[in-house]
Amino acid sequence: MPAKKTAKKADIKDLVIRVCVGTGGLAAGSQEVMDEFGSQLKSHGIKAEIVKKCVNKTGCRGFCAKDVLADVILNDKSETYQLLTPEMVSRIVEEHIVNGSPVKEWLVGPEYHAFHDKQTKILLKQCGHIDPEDIDAYIKIGGYEGARKIFSLEPSEVIEEIRASGLRGRGGAGFLTGLKWELCSKAEGSPKYIICNADEGDPGAFMDRSVIEGNPHSVIEGMVIGGYAIGANYGYVYIRAEYPLAIQRLKIAISDARKKGFLGENIFKTKFDFDIKIKEGAGAFICGEETALIASIEGKRGMPRAKPPFPAHKGLWGKPTVINNVETLSTLPTIITQGAKWFSSIGTEKSKGTKVFAITGKIKNTGLIEVPMGMSLREIVYDIGGGCEKNCALKAVQTGGPSGGCIPASHIDMPVDYESLMAIGSMMGSGGMVVMDDTTCMVDMAKFFLSFTQNESCGKCTPCRIGTKRMLEILTRITNGKGREGDIELLLELGNSIKLTSLCGLGMSAPNPVLSTIRFFRDEYEAHIRDGICPAAVCKALRIYTVSVELCKMCGKCFKACPSAAIAWEKKQPAKIDKGKCIKCGACYEACPFNAIL
Amino acid sequence: MKHARLMQYCSEYWEEALSENKIKITINGIETLCDRDDTILKVAKKIGVKIPHLCNDKRLEPYGGCRLCIVEVKGVPRPLPACTTPATENMEIITDNDSIRKLRANLIELLLSNHPNDCMRCERTGDCKLQNLSYEYGVDGSRFEGEKWDLPIREDNPFISYEPNKCILCGRCTRICNEVVMAGTIELTGRGFNSMPDTAFKKPRTLENCEFCGQCVSTCPTGALTDRKGRGKGRSYDLKKIKTTCSYCGTGCNFYLNVRDGKVVKVTSDTDAPVNQGNLCIKGRYGYDFIHSEDRIKTPLIKIGDKFVEAAWDEALDLIAEKFSSLMKKHGNESVGAFSSSRCTNEENFLLSKFVRTVFRSNNVDNCARV
Repeated sequence: MPAKKTAKKADIKDLVIRVCVGTGGLAAGSQEVMDEFGSQLKSHGIKAEIVKKCVNKTGCRGFCAKDVLADVILNDKSETYQLLTPEMVSRIVEEHIVNGSPVKEWLVGPEYHAFHDKQTKILLKQCGHIDPEDIDAYIKIGGYEGARKIFSLEPSEVIEEIRASGLRGRGGAGFLTGLKWELCSKAEGSPKYIICNADEGDPGAFMDRSVIEGNPHSVIEGMVIGGYAIGANYGYVYIRAEYPLAIQRLKIAISDARKKGFLGENIFKTKFDFDIKIKEGAGAFICGEETALIASIEGKRGMPRAKPPFPAHKGLWGKPTVINNVETLSTLPTIITQGAKWFSSIGTEKSKGTKVFAITGKIKNTGLIEVPMGMSLREIVYDIGGGCEKNCALKAVQTGGPSGGCIPASHIDMPVDYESLMAIGSMMGSGGMVVMDDTTCMVDMAKFFLSFTQNESCGKCTPCRIGTKRMLEILTRITNGKGREGDIELLLELGNSIKLTSLCGLGMSAPNPVLSTIRFFRDEYEAHIRDGICPAAVCKALRIYTVSVELCKMCGKCFKACPSAAIAWEKKQPAKIDKGKCIKCGACYEACPFNAIL
Repeated sequence: MKHARLMQYCSEYWEEALSENKIKITINGIETLCDRDDTILKVAKKIGVKIPHLCNDKRLEPYGGCRLCIVEVKGVPRPLPACTTPATENMEIITDNDSIRKLRANLIELLLSNHPNDCMRCERTGDCKLQNLSYEYGVDGSRFEGEKWDLPIREDNPFISYEPNKCILCGRCTRICNEVVMAGTIELTGRGFNSMPDTAFKKPRTLENCEFCGQCVSTCPTGALTDRKGRGKGRSYDLKKIKTTCSYCGTGCNFYLNVRDGKVVKVTSDTDAPVNQGNLCIKGRYGYDFIHSEDRIKTPLIKIGDKFVEAAWDEALDLIAEKFSSLMKKHGNESVGAFSSSRCTNEENFLLSKFVRTVFRSNNVDNCARV
């Protein structure tokens, strides 16, 4: 090991520290960690401008369960730290950066590598590597090469390239992007518009946010490519106002791109003009539906309208419009630079490329992953996700967010692509994936998702507005132990009729969580209704609390916790619950330190 | 032979029709021609096929909200709304079969499950589209019992009563306010089960935010919006409807005076009226109080001294003729003229103009042409 002083000087040149400052990272305190790195390095006598150069912020790398994550790259050797706090920084600087020996106990474990190794990163490749607020960092890794390249092609050739790649919209419906563009480019009307749909609203889904926060220029580049292909000179990014960091980074990116001549008049020194405007959404889930989104940009109430006419013919301000999701757009630069052939070699026959999923729920490694289409659910849940928390048994996986359906554990080997998911009564959606184990009540879960869609229904069409409300009431009744014979049949009838008669995708898919859980877990519904039992012991109203005499240590904690004086207890006597007085609040269950309340 | 000639005639007819950019569609087995952009509902209406609907009004853009007009289209896996779906070449449509009826019945049940169903004391009984559909499909909302709106009647203004509980969210009131009147008084508010038409911030309707044209009332298919002045004074079937032309201005809007026991109790729209298609302003719809007003002048008045005294028509006309004649004799024809009111009909205005020019031999004739 070289002497301390010389080591420091030589190493600083090649030092890069990358701290994850996506929304997840920031919430875990990454800004403080980054600041601490800065001040620690300065206290070791390193000049401020060098510190500024080597301490970089990056977007989310996906493994949010272990935030704050930071890479320390010293002499081309990268080490990743997890679960960092500002207090840990001084030791890392001292031992790793100054003395060259990483702090082993804080480094990421094998699950970090398992999480990443099975993934195929196209979209998220640069998230977590480059500084999202630095356009030069993006250009350095080949950014805007795709946009530059298309100007040597005819717009129709660009469309043909995207068509050949087999790219399908990542927003949910999975419509072929190239085909959508072709329809719009052939539609009569001027001007034309391209809209980036960043109104990501599914509970638990945050891939669009991560892409914009981690690599905003890829979205802008994608929009330039799309704009040129369909002949649009104007682009809108419709983004939720709840994503302040993404909006801020996108604003910086747009203004930097303008300065470089990538946006504005005569972009890339060609005769093509293209500029982008940001429109912040006001927090309505329905505005992710394309016609509602258009209405919202136009200043109207965000409500979908009937299609046809499709936005490709009559969209924003009545003009031909293409609406693409963030994921779709940011995939485009890579397709252009690497070629359609390369892209279509990934994935299945009908679902090409990769898809980003947000895996959450009862799973060990929660976070954002990107996998090739057609990967089996088993690989996603067990190899990447690390299996269920506490090694509980997997029960089902909900895909497609509140509009999707449940896939039971028995179908764990199915491939994840558009067709297979549709066939099983679920959908790709925006890529939410909620893993459930045997402590999840399927009726309760269906109720949760349905209450979300009911609250977010725009109210325009009858089946969605009242139908989902009635379904929700039936589910609530079942989970409250007041289910009746015939309720399942009523749910099925109502669900199918809502699917057939609703106006937009929200209503058409709202009954999916209920219908798919009835399909695969009908016995759970029946147990609730006929036997008054919640098999997963989730529905409080169906629980009967009893004290296990063997386990009771007679401490009296349950007695003190009970708000309805339903527990009889005396010193050195096991507690007893009076079922008549019990209000099933669960306070005793929570209070018992010995798990003696059953 | 006859048959062959008929066939030839038919094929010539189709060829001619098709050359005019018409398209052929089939509704319930009836072949017909229509324009390319016609909606299924429009074509069906034209050939006399009835499709139920609640949110459609010919004065408004197609909406597709109530979903009752769903029909089956061959080759399409799900039913489509007839009101918004444009006809396409060789489309084959079925408007009524068991599965469609069942879906419609379901929708009506859902609407009724959040409806007071108090038809016995409702203003619109007998003239309510929801009531008719419930009768036709033989359903009520009892299978889907659950939360119902329980909101008070809103009578925060002199003209329009709003019973939110009876609203079916067809959006006709809000659309007519925004698309036709362009007043922007009401819009759908809230989300999900709680969405309802309302003014901004639920403020009372005043002249600041509302024109009180009552267009919203005229398009409401249920008893949610009613004319306050006519409430309790008779239902549609009690009232004699007399078609007339509005006397307020020169536009010449038509409407129906609804009369009971010799008294006008309200004004309703005539959607077939050539001039106004059922649209009216505040004066036409609500300005009828003068008809039965105590203060209404029913005979000519002649001013004697400081006072006006009632007179017979002949007496008054003689006086006018005499005064005009003497003025013209003394000062010449150009010294007199006439000013007519825009509340007169075109014919009356024409007559006055003719009268002044030919009898007075004067060109001094004008019309206020404004109200």
